[in-house]
Formats: sequence, structure tokens, C-alpha cells
Amino acid sequence: MLIFLGRRTLLAIPSLLGVALVTFILMRSVPGDVVTSLLGDVQDVTPERLAELRRMFGLDLPIHVQFGQWLGAVLQGDLGSSLRTGRSIAGDIALRFPVTLQLTLMSLTIALALALPIGVTAARYRGRWPDYLGSAFVLVGLALPNFFLAILLILLFSLHLGWLPPAGYVPLLENPGENMRRMLLPSLSLGLILAAATTRIMRSTMLEVLGRDYVRTARAKGLEERVVTLRHALRNALIPVVTVVGLQFGSLLGGTVIIEQVFSLPGIGRFALEGINLRDYPVVQGAVLVIAAAFVFVNLLVDVIYALIDPRVRYA
Amino acid sequence: MRDAATLATGRAAAARRRSDRWRTLRLFLTRSAGGVGTLMVLAALIGAVFAPYLTPYDAVTLDPPARLQGPSAEHWLGTDQLGRDTFTRILYGGRASLSVAGAAVAFALLVGGTLGLLAGFYRGWVDALIMRITDVLLSFPAVLLAIALIAFLGAGFTNLVLAIGIVYVGPFARVARGAVLTVREELFVEASRALGSRDWRIILGAVLPSAAAPLIVEVTLRLAYAILAEASLSFLGLGTQPPTPSWGLMVADGRRFLALGPWATIAPGLAIMVVVLGFNLLGDGLRDALDPRVKAR
Repeated sequence: MLIFLGRRTLLAIPSLLGVALVTFILMRSVPGDVVTSLLGDVQDVTPERLAELRRMFGLDLPIHVQFGQWLGAVLQGDLGSSLRTGRSIAGDIALRFPVTLQLTLMSLTIALALALPIGVTAARYRGRWPDYLGSAFVLVGLALPNFFLAILLILLFSLHLGWLPPAGYVPLLENPGENMRRMLLPSLSLGLILAAATTRIMRSTMLEVLGRDYVRTARAKGLEERVVTLRHALRNALIPVVTVVGLQFGSLLGGTVIIEQVFSLPGIGRFALEGINLRDYPVVQGAVLVIAAAFVFVNLLVDVIYALIDPRVRYA
Repeated sequence: MRDAATLATGRAAAARRRSDRWRTLRLFLTRSAGGVGTLMVLAALIGAVFAPYLTPYDAVTLDPPARLQGPSAEHWLGTDQLGRDTFTRILYGGRASLSVAGAAVAFALLVGGTLGLLAGFYRGWVDALIMRITDVLLSFPAVLLAIALIAFLGAGFTNLVLAIGIVYVGPFARVARGAVLTVREELFVEASRALGSRDWRIILGAVLPSAAAPLIVEVTLRLAYAILAEASLSFLGLGTQPPTPSWGLMVADGRRFLALGPWATIAPGLAIMVVVLGFNLLGDGLRDALDPRVKAR
């Protein structure tokens, strides 16, 4: 198990390096460079002052040296500082991380709480009305843009019924009740869509498992259908679902960028968008790097969980 | 040196291929998913292409006295906060959404498909290199990568197409590679090689036609994703720029007047949904029709 863990962790390193390299290249592909975009409309800058500024940012060095220096700093947790506020980007991201984490975890919980029962029921009643209802849920969920679902939810629960606030954030530790009230709609916006994608996989793997020999054996020895479905079939059907949920995590993380914007939540995604609007490129670079690294980490975690619950892959 | 028997076998094979093709088409259209999906996509395409003939209004001219009206005989889907007809803007908005999505998927198919064909055909270091590159691309959450590309490249049609297209290069490369791997050891590929054909000839003549089916399905499903991506980027203000109408942009604009005129937001949102649903159904239908295992039923 330890060997597997070690090998899988090593495999994540090239991915992380690649992610860092792509983020770095993106940063360098900005029209002009950081200095010109920092100066913006300021016109009366002498060439000497420009050269001095470039030296300050290390832009006069060969590109691979720049990458090495930047990577070294990143590995020590230094993502540079914001061009606008001068604050440490790593510090700002640490402040915003809990918001994005809470949003992701709540969305994931909603998704699984819906997808498992709907998927299992659809598979058990294949070709009958619960299955069709489940398919309709999947098709609509896969076609709904998350921002549109968010607006529909605001329209219904905030403007029409007045039950929940349409936007804004309250820290969890400050006021847990109010925090939940404000995080519910954003989490539903992402969770319902993720639930649709997960339901689809849940249904198809469940169908496959229900056709297996051991399920027939379980039925043949006279077990109740409930026990067969939940104890024998569901447990095995969950294994591929774990992988798919891990892959879906990418779209969940991408979705947080949009949903944080819609509900004015101060998470990492919104931090990146603010950076884009202010042309604060180091901020964008830092936020993108952290989110992408989180995705690589989640996939690593998923593989480990997979090995834990499925003994067949453990020592492979 | 052809004798009559070979000729006859050839004719029979050609006839079988033709009837196969008809069966595929019939299977595809008669199963409800494929047929309904085709209708939805066709409706959107016709709306976008023939927009000027389908509505008396203009998509960008302002008409302030008529702002934020509900649906009526004059304005089927109401008007937005600047008095522009929502139905008209949805028709014209389809142009932005569909053309960006189409161009982005074409780009991804061309680049990713080629990379995947080469990787699967040559294996070895070519394969390793190409697959490492796609691995890195797939390490990014898709929307995030597109947002980052736009942030650094700047907005505009070409950059938008590139940003969305690059994201889907990875998936296309994987599908193409997988398809090539299943056919590269087949007899007809070996025969082509034995005849002394050049590599490009084997790839285009023997390998590509067999790899086409999964690629076609992938194109349809990716179009659905690409439309969602274009809408998301436009919603964030990073995609299609005003005053050009785009569905995502319309949802973002209408949102500020949600209480006064919900139609200006709901209608374009539903448009996105219908077209994405259409492409998804089309993709599912195509997959079922092109899958030989389903045919047997």
C-alpha cells in the first residue's frame, strides 16, 4: 500500500510541473509585459526607468532562469505580491481558501445525496417511470448552465419567496446559521448539476452490477431485494462512481469561479476574476496555479481512495 | 487479374456497406433521442442563419420607451433593459454561440485528432510525448483553463475560439488515439502496409475511416460543452463583447433587472439549455446508431 501511495504521488509531480509551466507561459504571453501593463496609461517613463523596472521584476534574465526562480519561490509558498495592493498573494489566497472549500464540499454533499438514491432507483426500475424521471433529471441537469440555474434559484427563493438572501457572504465561524443560509443557493447551483452527471454514472454502473453473477447468487439464496440492491450491488457500483466524481471535481472547481461571482462570495475563483478585471496578472497566475494544483491533488486522493475500497488495484 | 468471383464479392460488399449506412441513419432518426436532438439543433441553426428574415427588429438598435416589457404580440419574448427585442437577440445571439462553439470544436478536432492519430499510429516516444502534453492540459479544470487563456490573451472571437478549442484538444487526442489503437493491428491496415503504402496514406485511407465513428460522436458532445463554455465566458464578460448579442451575455445583462423583467434573463438561458440538450441527445443518438453492438438488437 505504501509503495502504491509513493508511486502514485511521484506520478503527480510531472502533472504539477506541467501545470506550473503552462501557468508561467501564460503569464509571459501577456501582450507587452508585466511592467507595461502595470504602468498602464502612464506615458512619461524614461527608457532607463523602464529597464530598471524590468530588472526589478527579473525580466532581463533568460526565460529558463526566470522559470527556475519563480518555481523556487512557488515551492516555498511565495506566489509574489499583487501589482495593485502590494499584498502577498499566497496570504490572500489562504484567506479565501475556506470559502471555496466550503462551497465545493457542500456542493459535493448535495450531489451525492441526490445522485445515489436517484441512480439506484432508476436502475432498479429500469424502463419504468422512476427511470424516465431520473433520465429527465440527468438531461436537464447536463444542459443547464450553472449560472442560469443560480439565477433561477435566486428568482424563486430570494425574489419570489423571500426565504434566502440573493448574495453576500458571512464567515462560518462568525455566524454559522447565517453562513448556511447564504451558502445554500450557491451550493445548490453547483450541486444539482453535479448530481445530474453523477446520477448518469450511478445508474449505468448499477445496471451493470445488477446483471452480475454474484447478484444472481444473492437473489438465489433468498435475500430480500433491498439487501441485494444496497449491500451487494451498490457497494460494488460505487467504485467506478468514485473515479467519475473525481474527474467531475474539475468542472466543480471551474464552476466555483462562476458561482462565486454570481453570489459575491470572496473565494479563490472570484479573486482570479478580480485579478483579470484589474489586469493584476500575478494574482491571476497565483489563483489559477492553486486551483489547478488542487485538482491534481484531488485526483491523487481519488486514486488512493479507489485503492482503499477496491483491493484488486492495490498492488497493481 | 480480377475474376468474376472477386468482382461479385466486391459488389456485394459495397451493397452491404450502403445498406449498413441506411440502417444507421434509420436507427438514428427513429430512436427518439437522435430525432428530437436533430430537430433542436436544426431549429437553432436555422434561427441563427436566417435571423434577418425571421424578425422585423434589429439586435443592437436601442428603443428605450419599450424597455423591460413582458411577452406580447409585438415582442414574443419581451424586451430587455434597453428596449431591444429579446427574441431577436436570441436569434442573433445564436450566431455568436454556434460559430464560436463550431470553430472551437473544429480546431480541437483538427489539432487533437491529428495528435491522437499520430500517437496511436507511431506509438513509442511520439505517443509518450503527445500523451504527456494532453495529460497536462487535462490537469486543468476546463473552464478555468479557458478563463486563464482569455485573461492572458485578451478577449475577441479568435482568442475565444482558441481558448475553448485548446481545452478540448486533450479529449480529442485521447479518443482518436484509442480508436487507432483498436484498428492498427487489423488485417486491412496490415494489407495497406504490405502494399507499400506510405504512412500518411495508411493513416488517411485505412485508419481514419475506422476511427471516424467515435470522433463524430465526440464532436457532437463537445459542441454541447463548447456552447456552455462560450456562454459561461460571455456571462463573466470574458467572451463575446457587447453590443454583439450572445446568450451568456444576455443572461448577465438581464440579471440586474431580474425583478422587473425576468424574461430578458430566462429566455436566453432557456435557449442555451435547448441547444445544449439538442447536441447531447444528438450525440447519444449517434453513439447508439454507430455502435455495432446496439445495431444487433
